[in-house]
Amino acid sequence: MSEVTADTVGSIGPAEVPEVELYHAHTWLTKYVFCQDAKVIAIQYSLTAMAIGLVALVLSWLMRLQLAFPGEFSLIQSDNYYQFITMHGMIMVIYLLTALFLGGFGNYLIPLMVGARDMAFPYVNMLSYWVYLLAVLILVAGFFAPGGPTGAGWTLYPPQAILSGTPGHEWGIILMMASLILFIIGFTMGGLNYVVTVLQCRTRGMTLMRLPLTVWGIFTATVMALLAFPALFVGCVMMTLDRMLGTSFFMPSIVELGQQLTYSGGSPILFQHLFWFFGHPEVYIVALPAFGIVSDLISTHARKNIFGYRMMVWAIVGIGALSFIVWAHHMYISGMDPYFGFFFATTTLIIAVPTAIKVYNWVLTLWRGDIHLTVPMLFALAFIVTFVNGGLTGLFLGNVVVDVPLSATLFVVAHFHMVMGVAPIMTVFGGIYHWYPKVTGRMLNETLGRVHFWVTFVGAYAIFFPMHYLGLLGVPRRYYELGDTAFIPASAATLNVFITVAALIVGAAQLVFLFNLFWSLSRGKESGPNPWRATTLEWQTPQTPPGHGNWGKDLPIVYRWPYDYSVPGAEQDFIPQNQPAFAKVG
Amino acid sequence: MSIIVLFLAVIAVIAGWWLSQQQLMTKPWLNVGSVGDIQAWDGSSTPTAKVGLGIFLAVAGCLFALLVSAYFMRIEIGSTNGTVLRTMPTPRLLWFNTGVLVFSSIALQCAQIATRHGHTDVVRDGLLLGAASALVFLAGQILVWRQLVDAGYFAASNPGNAFFYLLTGVHGLHVAGGLVALGKTLSKFWREVPTVRLRLSVWLCTVYWHFLLLVWLIILALLTGWADNIIVICRAWVV
Repeated sequence: MSEVTADTVGSIGPAEVPEVELYHAHTWLTKYVFCQDAKVIAIQYSLTAMAIGLVALVLSWLMRLQLAFPGEFSLIQSDNYYQFITMHGMIMVIYLLTALFLGGFGNYLIPLMVGARDMAFPYVNMLSYWVYLLAVLILVAGFFAPGGPTGAGWTLYPPQAILSGTPGHEWGIILMMASLILFIIGFTMGGLNYVVTVLQCRTRGMTLMRLPLTVWGIFTATVMALLAFPALFVGCVMMTLDRMLGTSFFMPSIVELGQQLTYSGGSPILFQHLFWFFGHPEVYIVALPAFGIVSDLISTHARKNIFGYRMMVWAIVGIGALSFIVWAHHMYISGMDPYFGFFFATTTLIIAVPTAIKVYNWVLTLWRGDIHLTVPMLFALAFIVTFVNGGLTGLFLGNVVVDVPLSATLFVVAHFHMVMGVAPIMTVFGGIYHWYPKVTGRMLNETLGRVHFWVTFVGAYAIFFPMHYLGLLGVPRRYYELGDTAFIPASAATLNVFITVAALIVGAAQLVFLFNLFWSLSRGKESGPNPWRATTLEWQTPQTPPGHGNWGKDLPIVYRWPYDYSVPGAEQDFIPQNQPAFAKVG
Repeated sequence: MSIIVLFLAVIAVIAGWWLSQQQLMTKPWLNVGSVGDIQAWDGSSTPTAKVGLGIFLAVAGCLFALLVSAYFMRIEIGSTNGTVLRTMPTPRLLWFNTGVLVFSSIALQCAQIATRHGHTDVVRDGLLLGAASALVFLAGQILVWRQLVDAGYFAASNPGNAFFYLLTGVHGLHVAGGLVALGKTLSKFWREVPTVRLRLSVWLCTVYWHFLLLVWLIILALLTGWADNIIVICRAWVV
């Protein structure tokens, strides 16, 4: 093997696309506040998302307290119960999960993993965060507005959403619409960055098929977000006009408290189409980055290349494309033509195929792998288990006839919490435990991490698994109280108490995580540049945490795919992406 | 929702074509490079800003396709419950505004051609005329709104009115956003930035302007009833 010399490297032609001119901040404000560095923006997104997520978590506790001990708390009345439901759902889906995966993980990992110095449009990227923050503040303002935030449900269905029977119809719904519109504008700005950076700013040697699956997941999710969020935008604009100008996009001819309103001829179903045209891709926008991250966590912590990389890529792309033609499976009970139901049930079952392929490939990656049960690996395993569980119940709900009795019951609530609440959150935690050393240069405390994992994982099962049975009994969702209902046995109330206790315990466990996060900043064990001995580029930066510009003087050159673990004959059980093979001897 | 599904199908075809060029069936684990044998970098030589604009146009196109889809669905509902969708006369000023927007596009196209030949005077005039006529367009649109409101055609009176205000309003906001970009291009011109960068900026503005003109013509055809026959045919085909 001949020596690798600088001259040999220098003889390689330059990249076709010149390096992005890097912005250098000079003031404290432009370095830490209005910063254009994607790593700082990522942390801003993440902290804001987690902060608002904590608000949503508290709201969930309040709901659970009401369900377990109906009428015991004067703080929780029927009006604000629906406000809790709405804000909890909207915050968790959009302001936490979407923002965290795309804005948080995306901003930090994309430039590093593709070997770029920063995002393609750093100024626009910076603006996107501040627009997001403004959207969050407007959302929170709803709690302080007259009448409180909207209680229309995260689905915001008209006509109820803007009528007087729904809490927050005065100001709450307007603030919600304004917040969502701003969020979408901000996310378009961010999304453009993520997509264009992956397309244009990859370093030399980084072909698409050498991208880590994390990048594929976030990239595809961003493309979907760019195309799906306009549907929510249109719905919000139209609903705002209905509310403020009295138009009738969604409002039919309606009598309210004995008074005929001036609306006429609108269609609530039109809103449902628009909302779910966004809403279904949205759940995959949350799921795909999780899929990508889990693939990388499993590969790294099992010291094994991902099984079926090409199929994983194709599955991600396929899921992304198919997700746009399944939306009406959320509308089976809306009175649609049964043949449409048949079509959407078919496409829904088809989309299960690439998803299942991914699950098989994760399992086959683990098979005979050198599994290290580190905290990130535990969370990755938990993701697979909970996602399979939630995905299986999705098959029930995807079939029209089975869905009709289960719709609007706790079965649906259990299903979507498993697939969207529990599974992606497992990935979020796994990702944070995995990449925290890169961001801070320190390890999170292992013991606290294991306590956090086991309480969260077992607790989440304790919350949502029994909920399926409540749904099968027919216990409806979005009910403030059930009262004496003939078909609901007394044991359902006991089960509700059990679920609430589990929820409170899981909630408390998150405090352990938060403590660990901040304690380890100063007291955590120093991690070194690559504690997990991972192959991907972000672990090969000259400094940890990465400095401004990420790579020092020279950008990395990529010679291999990101999954060269346990390669037979190699000196170590991992080969970084920027390590060349034996040099050619002339 | 057929319109938006069709639009996304077009995007999917473009994306599929692009993906097919990316060698997604290669076996990356076999493709290990050595020093001196670096795999050909498959990045495009297209300027990053052009890629960014292309994606933004896809997003904006999605937005307008959704609005048109909603309009079609509203017509469908109207045909079953007897709501008449169009009672508003088409103000004559709307045709003048259309002409102004066409002129604006032509002005920017001239500026763009001039950047290739180094005719700075024409570039300056094209950019200024393009910006001025876009401002006139926006002012004209606001005037149309006022004329309609004065004549008693409010947004809430009729779904057709509501769609008129919504579609023209969203389009106008996009023109206003374009004016911000055009303003920055003009600023680049006066600061005498290198020709390559200026040419790129002018190209981006021109393409965006043509996109907005195309969208406007489609909106106009829908709102004035020119596209009625096409709508009838499409509905018969879909339903």
